[in-house]
Amino acid sequence: MQRFLNDPDDIVDETVAGFVRAHSDLVRLDPENARVVVSQFAPKEGRVGIVTGGGSGHEPAFIGYTGKNMVDAVAVGELFSSPTAKSFQDAIKAADGGAGVAVLYGNYAGDNMNVKMAAKKAKKDGIEVATVVANDDVCSAPADEREKRRGVAGEILMWKIGGAKAATGASLEEVIAAAQKAIDNCRSVGVGLGPCTLPAVGHPNFQIEPGKMEVGIGHHGEPGTRVEDLKTANEVADDMTEIVLDDHNLPEGTEVAVLISGLGATPINELYVLYDRVAAQIEARGLKVYKALVGNYFTSLEMVGASLTIMALDDELKPLLDAETACPGF
Amino acid sequence: MQAIDNKGAGAIVSEIATAIVDNKAYLSEIDGKIGDGDHGVNMAKGFGRAADRLDPAGTLDEAMQVLSDVLMSEIGGSMGPLYGMMFSDMADSIEGAEQIDAEAFGKMIRAGLEGVQDIGSAKVGDKTLLDAFSPAVETFDAATAEGKSFAEALQAMKAAAAEGRDSTIDMVAKVGRSSRLGERSRGVLDAGATSCAMILGCFADSIGNRLA
Repeated sequence: MQRFLNDPDDIVDETVAGFVRAHSDLVRLDPENARVVVSQFAPKEGRVGIVTGGGSGHEPAFIGYTGKNMVDAVAVGELFSSPTAKSFQDAIKAADGGAGVAVLYGNYAGDNMNVKMAAKKAKKDGIEVATVVANDDVCSAPADEREKRRGVAGEILMWKIGGAKAATGASLEEVIAAAQKAIDNCRSVGVGLGPCTLPAVGHPNFQIEPGKMEVGIGHHGEPGTRVEDLKTANEVADDMTEIVLDDHNLPEGTEVAVLISGLGATPINELYVLYDRVAAQIEARGLKVYKALVGNYFTSLEMVGASLTIMALDDELKPLLDAETACPGF
Repeated sequence: MQAIDNKGAGAIVSEIATAIVDNKAYLSEIDGKIGDGDHGVNMAKGFGRAADRLDPAGTLDEAMQVLSDVLMSEIGGSMGPLYGMMFSDMADSIEGAEQIDAEAFGKMIRAGLEGVQDIGSAKVGDKTLLDAFSPAVETFDAATAEGKSFAEALQAMKAAAAEGRDSTIDMVAKVGRSSRLGERSRGVLDAGATSCAMILGCFADSIGNRLA
């Protein structure tokens, strides 16, 4: 694939530079750390700060969800690689308004270690820190090992709920409880049709043979649960819905939010083709779609494929999901 | 008693960095089989930057602290904190020492091993760098307990690290990104164990040359 590239080693810095320049009404660079993006609305005195972070290459995640009533500060890592503990620590500092900071991030080995070290150091500086670790990716581990599952696009809904809760002036404990509930109510699955390449590595980091698809693929090309012949969009949508809802086990009548994200190189129109069928399947199971998001919300460089996230809603989550938000990613 | 001067041993870290940078493509290639193929890139970036900043004429602990700072504050990922803690705890254990003998070195690598275990969640057998590191530390201690010289114990450590690295081929990954592969992770070296054996091998050769 041909790319818009200068020096591959500079791609993350250049991405962040362009991002803060383009969205200067919503975000700014931390003056202390060029790998921390901060909301123009943060920190807010007396309000719980929301922090996340992760590897680059998932744009608009993670930086795109920085903004008003969303994430206050984001630690930026190399492509597909966790940010440093220092960057998480600086993000916590930037988001701190004196009421504590909620770090809402995905379950990956590097992020777990770096957040752990950062939280320890932030606590020494007198900042109260609590975490929620997203684990919505159904195919990354069996249901009885849910703590091993990775975080994927459900993280966006977790940030939305956490950010909206913090905006109500809720305590750190209440924000954490809402964000935890949000991710507990999310299930996701990814289907990969083509691999992606880290520019500095120069070749695809996994293979998908022509005519095949990887069902249950992770956000960095981690293998799924099965490789099978590529089927029609409707059949793929049926499979994705079934994987997510079978794991979810929602009572009839439950209202849900549906998020379909492209993985980078899949045209948006194909995402709508998937959505049409997914929504029909959801309704056929007696559930009701309350809100739908379709687009490139959480990508994996130029991977071909899509992810489906379904979040069960209740009377607490619905108004938080609807709360006013301003960030580049929505 | 065999020992090296701490002062001037900063150059050992430069030699380790050279080995890592030279093996950038190899480490990435191994990582690419079951990881995302950036291990060599990130390691070379961190160790290379540290080599530019450290003072080879300074002490080993100062040089390891420089390396740790780069890994922790500029590299991130999983390897940043793991190797960052390892080198920071190793530096702390020999800080201020005039000389490093077998006893000090044994304590140093033990501290590094404990640092890695403290920050990570892996156990021996999970197909990680611990599978090279842990037997290397045990073997070094056993060799000195048996009365082997520092130089001999270092070579025994190097061999144990290499053997431990090779043992990861038959393992199924239990932690980290490759753990998602399950059985598909079998048959391939672990990239972390490979770089760890490389680092320990460099320590052995570099200190061995100074002892000779």
